[in-house]
Amino acid sequence: MTRVIRYIFNDILRTRFILFYTGFLLLSTFALFQLDSDFGKIVLSLLNIVLMVVPLVSVVFTTIHFFSSYEFIELMLAQPINRRVIFLSEYLAVASSLCMAYLIGVGVPFIMFGAGQNVISLLVTGVFLTLVFVSLAFLSSVLTRDKSKAIGIALLFWFYFSLIYDGFVLWIIYSFNDYPLEKVTLTLIAFNPVDLARIIMLLQLDISALMGYTGAFYKNFFGSNMGVLFSSSILFLWAIIPIYIALRIFSKKDL
Amino acid sequence: MILINNLCKKFGKLTVLDQVNLSLIAGKSYALVGPNGSGKTTLIKGVLGMVRPSSGLIQFNGKDIANEWKYREQIGYMPQIGRYPENMRIGELIDMMKNIRKEVKTVDEELIDAFKLYKIYDKRMHTLSGGTRQKVSASLAFLFHAPVLILDEPTAGLDPVSVEILKEKILYERRMGKLIIITSHILSDLDELSTEMVYIFEGKIQYNNSIDALKEETHETRLNKAVTTLIKQKELLNSITEQI
Repeated sequence: MTRVIRYIFNDILRTRFILFYTGFLLLSTFALFQLDSDFGKIVLSLLNIVLMVVPLVSVVFTTIHFFSSYEFIELMLAQPINRRVIFLSEYLAVASSLCMAYLIGVGVPFIMFGAGQNVISLLVTGVFLTLVFVSLAFLSSVLTRDKSKAIGIALLFWFYFSLIYDGFVLWIIYSFNDYPLEKVTLTLIAFNPVDLARIIMLLQLDISALMGYTGAFYKNFFGSNMGVLFSSSILFLWAIIPIYIALRIFSKKDL
Repeated sequence: MILINNLCKKFGKLTVLDQVNLSLIAGKSYALVGPNGSGKTTLIKGVLGMVRPSSGLIQFNGKDIANEWKYREQIGYMPQIGRYPENMRIGELIDMMKNIRKEVKTVDEELIDAFKLYKIYDKRMHTLSGGTRQKVSASLAFLFHAPVLILDEPTAGLDPVSVEILKEKILYERRMGKLIIITSHILSDLDELSTEMVYIFEGKIQYNNSIDALKEETHETRLNKAVTTLIKQKELLNSITEQI
């Protein structure tokens, strides 16, 4: 397995996309440090970038990579290697290179300027988001044989979780605001990895007071150890379930 | 060595393989013949586990190959269209294959030498012509001394000198007692390379016997004549049954 991963890794590095991604993250983090000196504000601004950019880059890069390494996959399938091993190697190589790019791009400036506790949770949520969207992109790649269709489905995931879902939740809260909705929204948030990541970070940044009564309720829930455990295990499930389904499909697929 | 039992494969509504029964024995060389789209490549991909059968069973040395992968150690496969990572160099590709099958200690580089591939080791795969690609595919198929060789149109696109080199190699491996499966449309090649003949038409096996028996049945001395006679006979038979 490690041999296969090494070759995929080399292939990824050769495209230089990962380097551009790291460079972009480095540049924006440094730029934010130049603009502001308040740590909390920097993390908050970064959070907004991270929540949009990380899922988008993960989704697009993964689908393009999967289809451009189709030949490699075909070649490996004729060799005495388990299909699952090939697929999981692809996942691990893509996910780890994207995570590394993120950790370097966002982490290095913070190490240079001195880091706080918020930064660690920003890094962890970013890594989680990468894992989640890489698995969603792998799922969309095995669902179809057509590259453009796969990218379309993957972008739809991103679009849905970043924009549409929020509108849906807002609509529910607005329409039913006569009822106590705390638990309902809490459940709804669990169905969106981006929201989950955002809430975790916002609560860490101590600006939950801005969110009123619901904010206080979340603070009460997510602030506790149980809440942290709950939210990270839900995010973990978001990474595991799509890749598991994708693996099932891939191991039965005709190639 | 390979046993195929009632194999069916459907792609949507299209039936590509229909109740295929075949038993392939070590030491023999099989010619897999049939018109384009008759299911030859699908059958081969089924044996390799790249295509999952809709129903039926494929056994390799008495073991069902569904969800198995270890048995592929014993197969050398040369695809019809060799698809390789495009920005890899030939040398890197060959090194990678060796590296992935590290447990094979001695490799057979005879074809790499004979095709003089080491001279173009630093050429990238996307710059290669179709024929050179075929040479790379052939070299990789023979690299690991696999006891089963599956060659999908091995001589298509090769220059006459390389065709002879490859044929010599196939004949040598046949004499070494390997199981060889060749698909090709060049029947004169198959006449030299194979001992058995499997004729597939529209996903069904129409004929399965030794080439000598086929020649005798059709009263022909050359395989291409014999096969055309066989096809004509089948067509005649079909038209008669259709009329009834």
